[in-house]
Amino acid sequence: MNNPLHKLEGFKLDVLKEIGNIGAGNAATALSCLLDKPVDMKVPTVSLIPFEQVADKVGGFEQVVVAIYLRVEGDAPGNMFFLIHEDSAKKLLKNLLSIDVQEDASYSEMEFSALSEIGNILAGSYLSSLADFTRLSMSPTVPAIAVDMAGAILSYGLMQYGEMGDSALLIDTKFMEDRESLEGHFFLIPDPDSFDKFFNALGVPTE
Amino acid sequence: MIEQNLVKVGMADLNIATEGAVLKTTGLGSCVGLTLFDERSKVAGMAHVMLPTSDIAREASINIAKYADTAIPDLIERMKKAGAAADRLIAKLAGGAQMFAFASQSEAMRIGPRNVEACKKELARFSIPILAEDTGGNYGRTIEFSSISGLLVVRSVQFGVKEI
Repeated sequence: MNNPLHKLEGFKLDVLKEIGNIGAGNAATALSCLLDKPVDMKVPTVSLIPFEQVADKVGGFEQVVVAIYLRVEGDAPGNMFFLIHEDSAKKLLKNLLSIDVQEDASYSEMEFSALSEIGNILAGSYLSSLADFTRLSMSPTVPAIAVDMAGAILSYGLMQYGEMGDSALLIDTKFMEDRESLEGHFFLIPDPDSFDKFFNALGVPTE
Repeated sequence: MIEQNLVKVGMADLNIATEGAVLKTTGLGSCVGLTLFDERSKVAGMAHVMLPTSDIAREASINIAKYADTAIPDLIERMKKAGAAADRLIAKLAGGAQMFAFASQSEAMRIGPRNVEACKKELARFSIPILAEDTGGNYGRTIEFSSISGLLVVRSVQFGVKEI
């Protein structure tokens, strides 16, 4: 079987981009409510990119990031990651909980829990808006959190693609609060078999 | 480590090094960094194995460096061409982590341990002894392998640097 992603034409990519837009728009609103501050969102990018370059989006394979991972279950399964650099994570904690986080100390139980909850809220709002729109059932698992190299974390979301080729389709949305001071990435990596589900749900012919 | 002649090994990639060059692969999560070394000819090899077996491949033409059962035989062949003797090879392994422990319900998600098992099985098939390993856990690793010493340097965010 060939990689079905290679035959995605322009307008199908647009549909996927819209999927990113809808979900991430809601997640950005949720983040903005949490922080009580405006949160900017970049237009999502949808790209079929080689595994080697996936981690470049957040600063390279060895870049240490805080990652909240959820598995999406239901009609259109996939992997979802919310990734932020460590300094952004600390700012987030500071803004949100007024915790004066210690620089380069490890995270406390409470800080981890707060970050997971942020990931949970964002992913939840992303998925529920997407599920409403597509009428597909999609539910997130309990979030897991890790502070580690971006390459090690993201490669986990690429395994399903590994069986088919050396690139994965990634819907990437970048968030920014106060310009560059707090930057986060939302990655939705739908399982390869989920694309047809999305297209069917949205009335896009899939031959 | 002196960064002379660094040979980068990407994800689902393999390569060999001779004459003092250093092999390096970054950000191993559930993937396994497998290294082979022939002390006498100073030929070193490294594979960044992503999946246990090519039986599951749905690719049109498979990338042999990606699967344990295809990467290891290929690496051995390439090392032999560079002057290594198959019966002198020794192996070291790193990686095979389970980055997110909760997701262990399904077999597909237990990919790290499965990768390690598959590598060991394949090494056993070629009667290559495993001299050292730093596998498992729930953290990422970056590794560097010297073709002079056969020393494997493992770096992680949580535990710093260790040599095996």
